[in-house]
Amino acid sequence: MRIGLFVTCVNDLMYPGTGQAVVTILERLGHTVEFPAAQTCCGQMHANSGYRAEALPLVRRFVDVFEGYEAVVAPSGSCVAMVRDSYPRLAEGDAALSARVAELAPRVYELSELLVDVLGVTELGAVFPHRVTYHTTCHGLRMLRLGDRPERLLRNVSGIDLVELPAADECCGFGGTFAVKNPDVSTAMLADKVRHVLDTDAEVLAAADNSCLAHISGGLGRLRTGVRSVHYAEILAATDGTLPPRTEPAPAAPTATPTD
Amino acid sequence: MTERRMLPLLPHGSGHLAPPQAFPRRAKVAVGDTQLRANIRRATHTIRDKRAHVVDEVDDWEELREAGRALKERVARHLPELLERFEQAATAAGATVHWARDAAEANRIVTELVRATGSDEVVKVKSMVTQEIELNDALERAGITAYETDLAELIVQLDRGEQSHILVPAIHYNRTEIREIFRREMPDTDDALTSDPAVLAEAARRHLRRKFLSTKVAVSGANFAVADTGTLVVLESEGNGRMCLTLPETLISVVGIEKIVPTFADLEVFLQLLPRSSTAERMNPYTSTWTGVREGDGPQDVHIVLLDNGRSATLADTVGRQALACIRCSACLNVCPVYERTGGIAYGSVYPGPIGAIISPQLTGVERNKSLPYASSLCGACYDVCPVKINIPEVLVHLRQTGVDGARERPSAERTAMRTLAWVMSDQRRYENALRAARTATGPIAGLLAGKRTPPGGPAGTLGHLPWPLSAWTVSRDAPLPARQSFRDWWRKTHGEAR
Repeated sequence: MRIGLFVTCVNDLMYPGTGQAVVTILERLGHTVEFPAAQTCCGQMHANSGYRAEALPLVRRFVDVFEGYEAVVAPSGSCVAMVRDSYPRLAEGDAALSARVAELAPRVYELSELLVDVLGVTELGAVFPHRVTYHTTCHGLRMLRLGDRPERLLRNVSGIDLVELPAADECCGFGGTFAVKNPDVSTAMLADKVRHVLDTDAEVLAAADNSCLAHISGGLGRLRTGVRSVHYAEILAATDGTLPPRTEPAPAAPTATPTD
Repeated sequence: MTERRMLPLLPHGSGHLAPPQAFPRRAKVAVGDTQLRANIRRATHTIRDKRAHVVDEVDDWEELREAGRALKERVARHLPELLERFEQAATAAGATVHWARDAAEANRIVTELVRATGSDEVVKVKSMVTQEIELNDALERAGITAYETDLAELIVQLDRGEQSHILVPAIHYNRTEIREIFRREMPDTDDALTSDPAVLAEAARRHLRRKFLSTKVAVSGANFAVADTGTLVVLESEGNGRMCLTLPETLISVVGIEKIVPTFADLEVFLQLLPRSSTAERMNPYTSTWTGVREGDGPQDVHIVLLDNGRSATLADTVGRQALACIRCSACLNVCPVYERTGGIAYGSVYPGPIGAIISPQLTGVERNKSLPYASSLCGACYDVCPVKINIPEVLVHLRQTGVDGARERPSAERTAMRTLAWVMSDQRRYENALRAARTATGPIAGLLAGKRTPPGGPAGTLGHLPWPLSAWTVSRDAPLPARQSFRDWWRKTHGEAR
């Protein structure tokens, strides 16, 4: 199957390891993955913050770039929910665009949907002998109704000790611009999520959205909990029991980097 | 959108609907109140779990929700005819129907009606709409004392506090605090009063009983108004409402125009949806219905004040009008992660929580209530539990858009940033240049800002401090830095130039 990868702008810049993991998994299964370089951003932040006019060109762009594919996959529940749930609304009033959105949106899948529903696989030959807990991010849970698809995939990973996260279905407090527009409430929600993660004694927290994970791991890191956060795709791609090293940040210019 | 512009400008509502300061500021105070946090957490989790349990018992819950949604949608489409039908039926049954455009008009009508009876006090059935229009204050200014008879409303009234929940306005008090309020404000209590809920309820019962027996005028709202028959319906748990609805000589009911249901049979749907969603009961203990006046039985002088106060303006918005379907159950408050941390007073409106964040700004107009549509992480838990399937996240985003569109002409740093970002994202070359710039710039910037790219002891590739406005992120979270190599650069290296 010819699959178009929508890596998402956040992953492109911040979490390339997640996109690499998706490519690894799908190529291992014998599929052709293509990465159309014209892709940028789905426009979720604009649309959810009320900037419809600014989001609309990004809707058109996404449709232009991806409508030729049999299937489109993205390692992000909320970006896929943006396409499937919000694009039809944003395209209202433009009959031609609405028709193209209606045609494309059902073929845009979150990774676990593509694997479980379209390709019919739940066993990926992954090895990851670590204690892992899984947070069900809101848009995947309630807009895409992913159900337990990601956990079914994780349960088949060799050696994994997958422990249930208490109150896994409660929002972590990220919510896009909510995290900075309402930092106090967002932090109060984060505190409970961090507490639940720590209660599991997990080494690794997995989820389907790196944006939510940036928020939770930002809290886990601030408190020096030693818990690592990772997109579940990276666990599914692991065959030697380890994750690739944490993505190194871009090098600082030598003049501005103080020496320790 | 175009439809909205074609309609005549409809007046917005006034009353207890907008916070004096923006939600984030009020939320900051609430989040820091440790007693409040404990009280609200305990109460919302208890009722949330109970609701889930009793909803699970109903096999056709999803069909019921859909029926409730469809009925309310039909009401929205036919509201003018249904209201006139209601007025005719209620008038024929002996009630007097009044129409109020806004809070001031409704308060004036009620005040005059009470004055005409010669009474200087009224007993009140728990009602959201009379809190919305701040009727008690208006009556007080006219020298009329209003006694709240719902236990939770009574607690709030005795404490001269603010309501923090639609169903349980005193949800932010624990029983020890309630005991202290009763001891302080109820003349007939003594130190034998304990904080046992049964003892507190008994104290309130004795306190109220005298009022029921002596007061000649009652004021209520209504959960439903049946267009075909002119019947009003009130659901409650305590029986105090029933006292007010039957014992006094005069009964004045203030009813929002969206409370209409077409036929008596439609109550079948809502009387299943509402108790399970609100109090987590299979059926509420008291359901009172009355149709005008019945000679020799109950109040002989019955008035109904139909209130707009921004509802027609809300109805004119084809997306936002969903909010008018609300049956005031509070299920969305009880599951909301934001409400759970702030309680209701932070919302600064008698309608708090997710539903309040879409009702209040529509009644007042978004420009008077800018922060509430953003008081949500859009997690969607509210939509899942709503018994009439109001897509609250959809309306929140829609109202954000209304606010943004309404401020198009004013300069805003956020708009500039959003426009710039959209411009960058609309072109591959600009996007790739921005990715490159982000990677090369964050290193030195990080170095200058933080002294170190990685906070001491923190994970690699993160920043502990960022300047305003991003300091709102780093107040509690380390910030991730761009990766050394973007995904697309990795792809080019491993898979060649993309198509």
